[in-house]
Amino acid sequence: MSDPTALTLAAALDGLAKKEFSSLELTDAFLAAIDKANPALNAFTTIVHDKARAMAKVSDARRAKGEAGLLEGAPLGVKDLFCTEGVKSTACSRALGEFKPTYESSVTANLWRDGAVMLGKLNMDEFAMGSSNETSAYGPVVNPWRAKGSNQNLTPGGSSGGSAAAVAADLCLGATATDTGGSIRQPAAFTGSVGIKPTYGRCSRWGIVAFASSLDQAGPIAKTVKDAALLLQSMAGHDPKDSTSLPGPTPAFSQAIGKSVKGLRIGVPKEYRVDGMPDAIEALWAQGAAWLEAAGCTLVDISLPHTKYALPAYYIIAPAEASSNLARYDGMRFGARVQGKDLDDTYAKSRAAGFGAEVQRRILIGAYVLSAGYYDAYYLKAQKVRARIAEDFANAFGQVDAILTPATPSAAFALGERSGDPVQMYLNDIFTVTANLAGLPGLVLPTALSHDGLPLGLQLIGKALDEETVFSLAHVLEDAAAFKARPAHWW
Amino acid sequence: MKQADSAATAWALVRQGNSAAMAIDERTVRKAAKLARLDLAEDRVAPMTRELVAIMAWIEQLNEVDVTDVEPMTSAVAATLPLREDVVTAGGDPALVLANAPRSADGFFIVPKVVE
Repeated sequence: MSDPTALTLAAALDGLAKKEFSSLELTDAFLAAIDKANPALNAFTTIVHDKARAMAKVSDARRAKGEAGLLEGAPLGVKDLFCTEGVKSTACSRALGEFKPTYESSVTANLWRDGAVMLGKLNMDEFAMGSSNETSAYGPVVNPWRAKGSNQNLTPGGSSGGSAAAVAADLCLGATATDTGGSIRQPAAFTGSVGIKPTYGRCSRWGIVAFASSLDQAGPIAKTVKDAALLLQSMAGHDPKDSTSLPGPTPAFSQAIGKSVKGLRIGVPKEYRVDGMPDAIEALWAQGAAWLEAAGCTLVDISLPHTKYALPAYYIIAPAEASSNLARYDGMRFGARVQGKDLDDTYAKSRAAGFGAEVQRRILIGAYVLSAGYYDAYYLKAQKVRARIAEDFANAFGQVDAILTPATPSAAFALGERSGDPVQMYLNDIFTVTANLAGLPGLVLPTALSHDGLPLGLQLIGKALDEETVFSLAHVLEDAAAFKARPAHWW
Repeated sequence: MKQADSAATAWALVRQGNSAAMAIDERTVRKAAKLARLDLAEDRVAPMTRELVAIMAWIEQLNEVDVTDVEPMTSAVAATLPLREDVVTAGGDPALVLANAPRSADGFFIVPKVVE
């Protein structure tokens, strides 16, 4: 058998169905690849060799009985933000220490129900707060991609940097991720992968460590648009345990792949043309629009006038919700406790020891904007601006079926390059954060390489609950771009 | 759009001293830390104050947006919160609840003394 780790999820499922290899053989191949790559890439924080092999054996038995599920036998990685029963789940924070959940998140439970196999937990920015993976208590993930002729280590993006790097380096067939301001889409763009943040409420948040509850959504990072559709199909679904989980059936997203996009109207928002954006990104955006036009779509110039206010509004709303959500880490019921002179002092010392610098910064912003006298000026104001941003999209979707934008304002940058200036780091999410604020689905896929050989991506934003149109359009772009570049296995 | 320059703009505003973010000083940061039950090390107070001033100065641009008669958005997707039957759906297993406790005994969490 040739190297099965290089297969797409769809091709691997096909190989399993045709008995070209077993799930156990496939799982062993991935475990070997992880053991070899992880010292260099630091993508996995926990590798569950025994559990993975046990799950693969059970999967092979199920397939032999003719009971194969949608993802039967497919080895996947899980972002460490998802609680996995009996397997350390830390959100890459010292605050959770050696936390071993006694329950399984709804999203991962759905994947195991459909036959998937867990390889391990994936590195990420602490509590999903970061755009470069440098805030992880386990140290940064290294992007498998390197610039042409350079051996400098680049960031895989964040916060789902481990998920994106593992998929790009062929260490799993696909991975779970989460996206609060761009944490699925920016790392996907930086690693030449496909990532989708679905409509808010598509995936249950139950059992996912909470960051900003009105923005957090789970989604997959995968090698192809079809793989992303298959994974989302399994992950999504109504869950009574999350009151914001949307009722109603989950469409068979993979059936949207290959559907004609003729006659669809595609919005091109002028506000996404940022000063100082590299020419390569400008060119890739124009090329993407031309490909869709060639497929029979009509391009429409649209305006989303409040775009520039999305990030400042986000940096009030997300820290406010985070400061509230993270109040639970008090060292009493789980995680590490640092004994102080009294109860309050014990809280304060435990939290100071548990949280890293970026998390502390956001908790303090949140506590400040929610404090007496500032609530109206900051939090309420930001929620009103958020309503304006959602209204911009509602107006645009009166004229168009989907929106095409660049994924990120740059290709992957070097580790350490931007960690000194929080606001510069926050600007990474300039094109992605609007979809979180408005609750809309956004998909990123690679379409070109930068002049120094790094992947660059485009983003499609769809109407609420219309992931299917997004998948159909993304597949057209994927076909036209024929992006086949893979990182050299230098590790 | 001038987003890429906004950090520099924020710093310029701070230098000119005409930003409301100047309201943040070390006292404000200490107060927020107290509210958040976060033991901010003494040598972190000054740098954290500088960082928060820069971030809040950048956020000040929200004041340009006219939000007259705009209802604050409280839900990402229009949906009514569902009600469920008022019945017990889980629980009854103290061992599971205590499994990750830093300290526990006899089916209870052990915590520092709360009442003198």
